[in-house]
Formats: sequence, C-alpha cells, structure tokens
Amino acid sequence: MGKIKDVQELEAWRDRLLAAWNPEQPVVRVCSGPGCLAQGADQVAKAFKAAAKKGKFKVAPLIKETGCHGLCSKGTLVNLAPADIFYVRVQPQDVPEIVETSLVKNGVVERLLYRENGKRCRSAADIPFYRLQEKVVLKNVGDIDPLSFEDALAAGAYRSMARALTRMTPDEVIETVRLSGLRGRGGGGFPTGYKWRLAADQTRQNPGPLYIIANGEEGDPGAFMDRAIMEGDPHTVIEGMIIGAYAMGSHQGFLYVRHEYPIALHHLTIAIKQARRHGLLGRNILGTGFSFDLEIHRGAGAYVCGEETAIIASLEGRVGVPVTRPPYPAEHGLWGRPTIINNVETWANVPHIIDKGAEWYAGLGVSHSTGTKIFSLVGKVNNTGLVEVPMGTTLGRLVEEIGGGVPGQARFKAVQTGGPSGGIIPYEFKDISTGDRKLSRGELTSPDMVLETSGFPVEFESFVQAGSILGGGGMIVMDDKDCVVDLARYFLNFLGEESCGKCLPCRLGLKGMLEFLDNFAQGRGDPEDIEVLQSLAQAVMDGSLCGLGRSAPNSVLTSIRYFREEYLAHIQEHRCPAGVCRDLITYRIDQEICDGCGLCLEVCPQNCIAGRKKKPYSIDSKACTRCGSCQDVCPMDAVIVV
Amino acid sequence: MKKARQDIDSILEKYPRHAHHLISLLQDVQEAYGYISPEHLTLVCDHVGAPLTQAWAIISFYKSFSLEPRGEHEIKVCLGTTCHLKGGDRLARMCERDLEVKRGQTTRDQRFSLDTVKCVGACALAPVVMVDDGYLGKANIHSLKERLKKL
Repeated sequence: MGKIKDVQELEAWRDRLLAAWNPEQPVVRVCSGPGCLAQGADQVAKAFKAAAKKGKFKVAPLIKETGCHGLCSKGTLVNLAPADIFYVRVQPQDVPEIVETSLVKNGVVERLLYRENGKRCRSAADIPFYRLQEKVVLKNVGDIDPLSFEDALAAGAYRSMARALTRMTPDEVIETVRLSGLRGRGGGGFPTGYKWRLAADQTRQNPGPLYIIANGEEGDPGAFMDRAIMEGDPHTVIEGMIIGAYAMGSHQGFLYVRHEYPIALHHLTIAIKQARRHGLLGRNILGTGFSFDLEIHRGAGAYVCGEETAIIASLEGRVGVPVTRPPYPAEHGLWGRPTIINNVETWANVPHIIDKGAEWYAGLGVSHSTGTKIFSLVGKVNNTGLVEVPMGTTLGRLVEEIGGGVPGQARFKAVQTGGPSGGIIPYEFKDISTGDRKLSRGELTSPDMVLETSGFPVEFESFVQAGSILGGGGMIVMDDKDCVVDLARYFLNFLGEESCGKCLPCRLGLKGMLEFLDNFAQGRGDPEDIEVLQSLAQAVMDGSLCGLGRSAPNSVLTSIRYFREEYLAHIQEHRCPAGVCRDLITYRIDQEICDGCGLCLEVCPQNCIAGRKKKPYSIDSKACTRCGSCQDVCPMDAVIVV
Repeated sequence: MKKARQDIDSILEKYPRHAHHLISLLQDVQEAYGYISPEHLTLVCDHVGAPLTQAWAIISFYKSFSLEPRGEHEIKVCLGTTCHLKGGDRLARMCERDLEVKRGQTTRDQRFSLDTVKCVGACALAPVVMVDDGYLGKANIHSLKERLKKL
C-alpha cells in the first residue's frame, strides 16, 4: 500500500490487519535486543525460522525478532503465544525440542522455564520481575517486529496521531499533555506541557520555523532505556514527535541518536522511510493539511552532546560545546529559531497520553511525578535488565523484588543513580521513592526556575535531598565488594575526559579532584583532604556552565556523605575495605580451596605464582603487581584478597 | 571489519555543499575508510565550504573519528560502570600487555586496534569485550586470550 489518504483509510487498513489475524497461529517472539544478541539470539531466531519451514504444524508459526524483553540476564528470551510460555537462556540447540514440545504438541520444556525460589514460572506474568512492572511506553517493545509497519499499525500505531490531527486543536493537545503531568524523562524533570506552551507562544510572537528534536544521545554508561524504545518500537517515537510538532506548529524535526546504537539507527531509518511512504510524514499528513518531516542525525561520540545547547551546536555542524542559557533553546535554538528538545522516552509517552487521556496518565505514579519510568537495572543484581514501573516505586522494591536482590548477599550496599552526574545512594535509603523529586541545582538554571517562581508547585524531593538525581534512569547496584572511593574515581575520570573544556572549573577542577582520589586509592593523604576536596567540588559546581560540570561532583560528595568511614579506612588505615583499590590489597591463594589447576600460573604476567599441578599454588606477594589476572581466571574462587 | 571502499566522490555527492553537513560527511568518510586521511579532509572541507580548522576541531573533539588507519581487528574493551565494577579494567590491562600497545593504539603490524569504550549496553553480560562486531560476554582473561588466539 502506498500513501494513506485520510484517517478512514488508516483505520480501514488497521481493521483489515486485525481481521486477518488468526488467534490460533503460534507466534514465537525471540528477543533481539543487544543483551540477547550478545548471547546468540540471532542464531536462535534462525533456528526457529528453519524449523518453522520444516515442521508439521496445524498452522505454521510466525517467528518474530522483537525488541528487548527486559530480562537481559537470562537471555536469549523466547516468548510463545498464544500458549503464553516464557523460555529463558534458550540456545540454538534447544530450538528443535521447543518446536516439537510446545509448537507441534501442547507441552512445556520444563528445563527452560524461569525459576524463582525453586518454583518454575510458565508465563512471564508469573515472574515477579514482570508482574511488578507496569508497561506503558514499553507496551509494544518485545511484542512487535520493529521492522514491520503493519505490525506496528495493528498494535495501534498512529491512532493517537490521527486523533490529534483531526479531532483536537493544537492548544488542546498541549493542554492534555500539561494536565497529564508528564515531565521530561531525560533527567531534567521539566514539565513537558509547559515547555511546549512556551515554544508555541514563542512562534506566535516571532513567526517562522520551529524545530523539535528527540534527544537520543543516551551517553550514561549502564543506561539503555531510550535505546530499547528506539530499537523495539521506533514508530512510537515518530508518532510522539508528529503530535508534538502539530501542537507547537513545527514542520521539521530531528532525531539525534548516539552512533554507538547501530540497531536503533537502522530501525529508525526504516521506520521513517515507512512513515514517509505511507504519508504519515511529509506534506499534507493524512489529508489534514499539516506537514512535518524528520531527519536522523548520528551523534559523533561526545557525552556532553546530551546537553541541549550542545546538541544544537552539533546539529549545526559545529563542535558540541554548551553555551550560556538564557536564551533558552525554546526562544533561540537551532539556527536561531525556537527549538524544543525532549528526550526519546518523553516523546514516546505522548501517544499514550493522547490515546488514553490526561486523567488516566495523571493517575499513574505519584502526585507531582506522574506516569511510569523506565529504568535499567544493572550491576550486582540478579535480574539485570530493563524495567518500567510507576513513578514513586521505592528503590528497595526495584532492587530487591523486581531485581531479585544481590547475588550471594543479603542486601545491596548502595545504588548509583542518574549516570556519572548522579550520586551514590546507600541501602538505608531503600524506601526512597523514584518519583518524588525536586529540581536539582543544575536544573534550577533551566526554565524550571521561571515556573518555580511563578507558582508551579515543586514537591519536596527525595533523590535530590539524598544528593543524587533520578537522571535518565540508569541504576547501578553495588555490593560489599565494590569500593565507593574507586567508583567515585571512575566517574570523575569519565567526566574529566568528557568535559568539553570550555569552563575552567570543570576542566581543571575535575582533574584536581581526581588527584585527591588517586591519592586516597593509594592510601595516601590526610583526613583534612576530604574537606578540601568537598570545597573544590563546590567550586566546580558553582563555576561551571552546563549540567556536566555542575553535577559532576555528585558521586564524590554523596560517597563522602554516606561512606566517610570508607574514605578514612583508605587514608588512615591504608586499607580498602571492599578489596578493590590495587595499591592497598594483597592477593593470596587459599590453600584449602585451590585444586591446583594451574590456570593462574599460565596467566600471571609477573611469573610470581609458584606450585605444581594438582597441588595448591601460592603467590609471591613481593613480586605481585596485583593485576588481578589470577583472581579473574580462577575457577574455584581460591584467589582471595587479604 | 574491512568494507569495500566507496569512492570518495560518491560520498561527497550525497551531501549539499553546506557546512551544516560537515559532521555527517566526515562520519561517512570515517565509516567507509576507517579513518580520515589529510587528503580526504581537504576534499570534504572544499566540498562543504568549511575551513580546515573547523574540521580539525570536530575530528579532535568527537571520539568516533580517527586520523590514523585502524587495525585489521578492532578490540573494544567495555569500561562502562558495570563492566568497571566487574573487572573490565583488568581485561584492558591484559590486552595492553599482550598486544604491547596502549589503549587507542594500533599494533605495528596493523593487526589489532585496542580501544576502551564507555558502555556497549550489554551490561547483563559484564564484563564485555567487543572483538570486531562480536560480543564476548562474561569475559575473563582466559576466555579473552582464547578469543584473540583465534583471530
């Protein structure tokens, strides 16, 4: 089918697809998110496709390679419908058995089911990881084939857009988004409806083009929320942007996507082509007279380009260095025109709000943080992966119930939230809510400030009070074997490298801070250095222009605030309690556990391990450089830190 | 990793002659050739009408550009937060020792380029090393050595 002329034609096409759907046809959904692909999902899908051609079925099964199912730690994940069976850790060699047992017959391959406390869970809904989630934005991710336009259409794509374009005025759309309480999902938490209103008013006063941008430069390590949306359901991002464009009167939009996300780039490129071919992008969309088009820009590899003025510079073909605000991009953005930049997840929320209404959306979450939020749960947690929960869910629930707790330990030590700019929140804050937040220092210089003084109710925070930010949604769980000094040092190093260098306090201040931490990690320094470090951190925060510098010291400051004794152990006792900092530890081989396999000896670059096969080995600690190679390879975990 | 070399003119022609397209054009050249040579840099700047200094600023600022040819095999050790916690740096140090290069460098025989990257997004499999386009998940020194031997 070519161009869709009007809404009736769109709905007729959708009706035809739904009518043609055979509820009895088995559907095999193979997760093809990067987590599963790294575990061989492509081979699993290939095996299913080959089997589907050969087997004796009543109705031949449909094999779909979908976006991320979320439970990355148990990949490759395979979901069978309509039987509703959820298989984990599927390998290509398991496929014939699955086909025979569950597709030809009605059985279940017990050994491939997820197990919770020894109990086998047949369907995804039986698993706490899924049961406790509430999927709104991720509803279709993992369900549809992201490369199939018809699949997206059957799942409801572009229905909200058609409704907005034909039955709502632009002001009604903005009002709906405002009433829903949607706030920016990139970390800023700025109310989206207000931002859109600002932009619409700007263009009224100052006629000419208005640009909209989707920020898909998801640079935080350990965060992949936006990627999952772009890969698994690209049309929802496009639809959200068209609705926003209509509301604000924009005719050109840009998707700014990290170049490290080749699958997302590929899926979005295809989706845009499909939307154009069917007249959902371009001139006179669905015969409504409204025109809008989208262009993809690949990020070129700069963390600071997640900052909105840096994105604009990058889109203009320049070095991505942030500039002073005001003027805000909403007034003076891309090529000097009003520009609205929303995070990918924010855009993806919009179609759902238009579809089900502002009231429904506002009913999700907590009073001032409505809706759901996607988090990526990684680090020392059993169920690593992607989760979507209502705002206001507590940290403890996320890590312990959904995440299934820490492997081999009773409780987590801390959770690092908000990416490198966030902070380290200790276990004691496990009842902290993920929705309840106020604007941080960095955010106060954004247009939020205007709203705050004009009476916008900013609710009392928890994350910000705890010294962190909710940020984009990365949650890195730490256990007792993770050192906070080391992690703070890691983040400083990261941000120091990523600093664009424009502001001196950020460029040199972060380096100076790192020197302190380097010393601590080597057991040097003075307890008073902690105070000096804190005051230097304050100077960096006060003297930097953009969010990067202004929030860079967060992890250092929170780790000092909650784990001062760990800093003192490094400085005064020359000891790293977690056993991480290389200069403060000694490796030893536990003579009871070592079975004498000799792997350690093979990998030791110093040749400082002695012993004979089948007998316990030992390390000469004087020659040892503590590279950790032996510990890394030991199959018995006999190499211990003393 | 080696791709068929596209003709530089056909890459240039895809873009209108405007400085807005400088980054996109450089990205295409980087992708096609694996690095940006001084000759190509001049051609790109002439095409879009941008000063060489601007192109230099861009190449040195954004990390996806390289001014030197890359090795036959690319080894990217992930040092995202999760990989860091799970020992990614050990793997990077091992590669430095074994290949006798530093991070960001290419071996003298042009066989390997060693890089560290900030999160490839396969955190569930940390620590991860990307060898060319393949992932090596839950890597340790032993499995990484084995993988490199096969190249």
